Order: sequence, then C-alpha cells, then structure tokens
Amino acid sequence: MTVDFTAMPAQLDLLHLILGILALAFLLFAVLKPKPAAVVPAPTAPQQPKAEPRPEPVAPPALKVNSPDAALQLLSLLQQEARFVDFLNEELKGFSDAEIGAVARVVHEGGRKTLQHYFKLQPVRAEEEESRVTLPAGFNAAEVRVTGNVVGQPPFTGTLVHRGWRVTDVNLPKLAEGHDARILVPAEVEL
Amino acid sequence: MSEAGRFAVGIDLGTTNSVVSYVDLQAGELPDNSVLPIPQLVQPGVVETRQQLPSFLYVPHESEVSPQELVLPWGECRNGVTGMIARHLGSKTPLRLVASAKSWLCHAGVDRRSGFLPLNAPEDLAKVSPLQASQVYLEHLKNAWNQQFPEYPLQQQDVTLTVPASFDPAARDLTVEAARAVGLHNLTLLEEPQAALYSWVKAAGDDWRKQVKVGDVILVVDVGGGTTDLSLIAVTEEGGNLQLNRIAVGDHILLGGDNMDLALAYRLKAKLDAEGKALQAWQIQALTHSCRDAKEALLGSDDVQSVPIVVPSRGSKLLGATLRTELTWEEVTQSLVDGFFPQVSVHEHPRQALRTALTQLGLPYASDAGITRHLAAFLCRQAQSTDTLFGHSGDDFVKPTAVLFNGGVLKAPQLAQRLMNVINNWLQEAGAEPARLLAGADLDLAVARGAAYYGFVRKGHGVRIRGGIANAYYVGIESSMPAVPGMEPPLQALCVAPFGMEEGTGTQPSAAEFGLIVGEPVQFRFYGSNVRRTDHAGVLLEDWEPGELEELPPIQATLPVENRRAGEFVPVRLAARVTELGTLCLEAIPRDSTQRWRIEFDVRNQQSA
Repeated sequence: MTVDFTAMPAQLDLLHLILGILALAFLLFAVLKPKPAAVVPAPTAPQQPKAEPRPEPVAPPALKVNSPDAALQLLSLLQQEARFVDFLNEELKGFSDAEIGAVARVVHEGGRKTLQHYFKLQPVRAEEEESRVTLPAGFNAAEVRVTGNVVGQPPFTGTLVHRGWRVTDVNLPKLAEGHDARILVPAEVEL
Repeated sequence: MSEAGRFAVGIDLGTTNSVVSYVDLQAGELPDNSVLPIPQLVQPGVVETRQQLPSFLYVPHESEVSPQELVLPWGECRNGVTGMIARHLGSKTPLRLVASAKSWLCHAGVDRRSGFLPLNAPEDLAKVSPLQASQVYLEHLKNAWNQQFPEYPLQQQDVTLTVPASFDPAARDLTVEAARAVGLHNLTLLEEPQAALYSWVKAAGDDWRKQVKVGDVILVVDVGGGTTDLSLIAVTEEGGNLQLNRIAVGDHILLGGDNMDLALAYRLKAKLDAEGKALQAWQIQALTHSCRDAKEALLGSDDVQSVPIVVPSRGSKLLGATLRTELTWEEVTQSLVDGFFPQVSVHEHPRQALRTALTQLGLPYASDAGITRHLAAFLCRQAQSTDTLFGHSGDDFVKPTAVLFNGGVLKAPQLAQRLMNVINNWLQEAGAEPARLLAGADLDLAVARGAAYYGFVRKGHGVRIRGGIANAYYVGIESSMPAVPGMEPPLQALCVAPFGMEEGTGTQPSAAEFGLIVGEPVQFRFYGSNVRRTDHAGVLLEDWEPGELEELPPIQATLPVENRRAGEFVPVRLAARVTELGTLCLEAIPRDSTQRWRIEFDVRNQQSA
C-alpha cells in the first residue's frame, strides 16, 4: 500500500492511512513477540476443579507469554517520536481532512523514523507484487502464506499479492533497572 | 608501546557532536578504521548506542529525575548527564543546559577554568567551567571505550584529539588539560581540517597520489554545527614522494549548521506572524527542529518543491491545535544558499572583523553569515602563503586547485555545489583552472576517522602532513621613552615563536631580556599572526600593517620564590618550543641559571586586561 501524501486528502486515503498505522502497530507487536522469550511453564490447569480428571495427561502446546516491557517500550518510542498514542486516542469526528492530514504527517514522519531507526526491514519476497511466482515443495509456510485455490501438491504457482516484511535486526534501547515502562510518556508540568 | 597500547584512537571532540574512531595497530598495513558505538541515555532510564555523542551537558534538578533512571552501562551519572538526553532535557529546560563548551574553551574574554556555565543560570545552580564540561564529555567517551575494550583501557592507547585549526595556544593547552584530567596521557593534538584530509587519504588508499599532484593547493572547508574552519594544504615533492604541507589556517568563525536551522525557523515564524499566528518559544524550538529535517529533504533533491512543516501541540490533543506551514524550495534557497553562501566577488569580505570585543560575555558569533565572504577574506589574506613553496605568484588571493569538504552542512548537495561554483567563479575571473572536488569523505565522521588514522601514520606508515604552528607569536614590549601625557608608549613586538615551528623543535633564548620580579606574576601582552611567515625568533617589529598582528589575551610568568628572595628582580630571556603533542610552550630562562619557567597562556582573573 502506498500513501500518496501529495494528493488532495480524500476520505478513502485517510482511512487507509489510519488503517496502515494500525497495521504497522500490529506488525511491530507481532515482530517483537518472539524477542523476550519468557517461556512460562505449560499451565497444569490449577483452576480446573479437581473433580474433573483428564483422560490423557497430554501437555497442551507451550505458548509463550511475553513480558509486556518490549511492547510498552515500542509504544513509548512511537508516542515520543510520532505522538502515536495521542493520535489514536483522538476523536476524528468534526475535524476536516486537512487538519487530520496535518497531524497524520507528524505520526507518519515520526513513526517512520522510529521504524527505520530501531528495525531493519526487508521484504520476504524480492519479486514484484502482482507478478507470478512459483513456490517449490517444502517452502516455508511461516514466510509465505498461500490463499485462494489451495489444493494439490506444491510446487504452487500464483500471484504475489504482498511481498511480506521481515525484520532482520531489532535494536531497541536498553532500559534501566528501575525504569517503569508503563509510563509511556510522563505528564509534563512547566514551572 | 606498552602491551595494552594496541589501538590508535581518534577523538573528535566537536562543538555539537563527539565521535571516537580507532585503528588496530596490529592489523597490518591498511587496517580498518572503525567508529566506536557510544552508549548514552536518550531519555531517563533509556540507554541507546549511537555513533555520535552530542556535546551537551545537562545538570538535572535533584527532584527532576530519579538517580536510578540515570544509569549508564558503567554506572550512575554523578556530574550531570551528557549526550542525547542532555539535548532532549535541555530543549525544554535550557537554563540547565551547557552547550558549545568548546567555543567557550577558545573564548579569551572569560576565565575558562571558572564555573560560569550554563550562562545566565540562576545562582543556586551548580555551574561548571568550559574545561569541566569538556572533561565530562571525555570521561563519557573514555567509559564507553573501556566498556567495549576492558583489556585495552583508553588511558593506555595512543589518543589523537582534534582541535579547530584556529584554536589559540591557550585553548590547546586547556584541551590537553581536560584530557589529562580524565587520565589520557598518550596524547597528540591534530587540527580538524588536517584530520579530514587524513581521512580522505585513508579512504582513497594508494589512489590519492593519482588524485593530487605537485603544485596543488587543497582548500579544506569544514562547516560543522557551530563553527567554520578553513585550512590550506599544499602538495610538494620530496625525494620522489608527494608531501603534504599545511600552509595556512583561518580565523575561528562561529557560524555553522545551527545558524541555518535558526534562520529557517525565524523565516517561517515571520510567515506565521503575517498570518496572525503568534508563536511561543517552545514552538520556535520545535520549528527549528522540523526545519533541520525539511532542509535536508529540500536540499537533497531537485524535484522537491516544498515540504510541509508541522508543529504538533504540546498537550495530548493534537487535532485543532497543531500548527501547519510550508517550507518552500525558494525559501530555503534564499535563506541558506543565498544567505549563507552568497555569490560574491573574491574581494567582498565580512562586514565586521571577528573577535571585536574580548571582554563581552557571550560567544563572539560571526556577525556576517556569508560563509563565502569569510572564505574570500581568508584566501585574500593568505595570498602569500604559497610563496615559500611555489615561488612568488603575485596573486591577490590564493587559488586553490582542489577542495575538500567536511562537516554535516556540506552534505547538502546544493550547498556544496554553490560553494564550489563560487570558488570556481573566483578562479575563472582570475583566469585560473577550476578547482576539483576531492570526493568520498564521510562528512560527519571524517575528523575522528582521520585522527585515528593519524595515530597509525605516526607509527611510520603513510604520508604525514607537515605544518607546525600556523601562527607566529609575539610578545609586546613597551619601548622606554619619556612619558607623554595621553599617549600610550609605542609598542614593539618581539617574535618568540616563528610561523611553522614543528613539533619537537624549539627556539634559542631571545637576545632581549625582560625583568621579572620573583614571587609576583608578571603579564605580557601577547600577539599572534597568521600572515607574517618570515619573521624568525628574536625579530623585533617596530610597526606592522593593521590586522597583521592580532592581540591575544595576555600571558603571565611567575618565578617561584625557591632559592631566591621574594621581590628580587631577575632578568630573563624567552624561548619557545612546540611539544610533541602539539602545544606551544613559552619559557622564561633567568640569566643566571639553566632552569626554565613555564609561561601560562591562560591567565585567571584577567578581567582587568
């Protein structure tokens, strides 16, 4: 998706922009997830009533629970550079597209700086979008998602709809021991 | 070389940013030149690693930030914080921010060892001296190094510290003092424009010998965040090898990229004022910040016509409170390209002389923003600088044949291009060939890289730039004649250190003698000249052209009482030498002994001067 800032702000573009920002946020959170790798032992169902014994003691698949610090840190960076939290908490009703557009620039410029500074991104697939690609047998399903007419055996040939993004490097700032990451940005009082 | 002294380290202690680079001395003939990542606080409790350490010092109020939030990998910050966080906190609380300590270090009108920064701060604030601020930056850089190389502490490495070519002897001494105070003793000073050229030589590899030829005059133009520094380097031949000679340096010009951002911000402010939108101080600050990015966008490409500038509200409500305006290509061209790099003739010089008021408190910012006018003045003033090497040319200005740029400002292609055009116009009008641009330098990191490479060169590899001191120095002597009321006795100037005196050399004691009183400080008037190249030590000048000699702050000699009677009158002679590390040393030698007493360049409490 490209956001054309030079065009007159149309309703559709703006909605796309906001959607894009949200998508960016979700993408970043998704990307961050595996980092802190705080694996919690598989719950052995302590809340379950004891009267209900399980027939098979098969442990459920281990799901990682992340420490929220990295996510909070990213939110904080996006807020500081891009006023991200401020913007998403705004009610857009009653403001013209021009006004929203002006603020969107702040969010976009700051968000982009943050993204470029702390993450190294590259597309998963190097081919042009909308071109035909062939996926060999044994392709990595985490990297490429096949959709639509998914039948038969690979190799699959189809249209590259989205190139995907891969983070090749994450370089988040380090936090001091006593730093409260839940304060995304402190209140400011001018004396 | 000690066991642990494995690296040649270059430190660019900049006015706005500091950078550390290093070369592994055990890595063979053409070692890599790396830049040290510098951990620094960016926000309270948040540590990031950057290549540049902003040279700012912020002393937070005790209840402003909890000490646990001011932790660096090597421990807590006790004497204030430096780096990104200092600039960040200081942008909102400027009265606690120390900036441009380096410019203060070479400001002769103040006592550079006394704590007076931040300037105009309230009384109850702990103030620091320019010297202490420089120490804090060096301490931070040292800790960053020692954390990365615990086996090779910085104190044991060969450190090259860069200074502006225009730094006077006192400022050089103070820089060395700051470095010694943090334990850096294996120290050499290097002029920044020279460092930039070393970096270019290193980057060009063996190819550099093909890119310059005998008879070339290389002009180094270094426009940083706060200062502009100029040097001329001539290419000669000796025993079949190319030789580089630094033949002239310019005045200290406090003019740089920060002025440009401010100029743009005030231009936009005027535009908004005209629309009836009054700006508050914090908005101007934010505007300046946005202008920096917009400037780069507009100057970096030909097809961007305008860049919107948005200043978001301070509160959490953005909509309806955000200020929007536009910076156009024409505005940037007018303000920056024409404002700072006007197309002038080589005979148009800055309207006001630099360093006018030595006693004024405040930095002596250049009053003329035209960098090309300063450059024209420099080239005309140094017209005879090539005579000794290439014979008398009779030209009324130096005609550079090659140009090397340095400093973040000249990364903007349009500014670099304009500067080249102006220089080439001058050359064309004088019937000379256009100068070529020596390309390929990283303008932000070149000085540190060049300094590290210089450490490697000093071990006997590669070409070394020869130069010596870029000024001749004189001591004022009031001639004895009958006092005439209302007339100052005529002053003579005794040359104590000739132009181009090289590191590790010295002069014979002067024939003239001065009377010193044991136990009492005696001040001398002190002068420097960057145009009188042929005076040798001992020459007594009766008169000189206006502007040829520039008065520097007075210097002071004190003979200690030991072995003598206080109040005794002792005739002394003066001798000068340039130390191995690159500072000038003036000494008083009593007639009846071989002891030498050092003369201080930086004199305390000189407000009466």
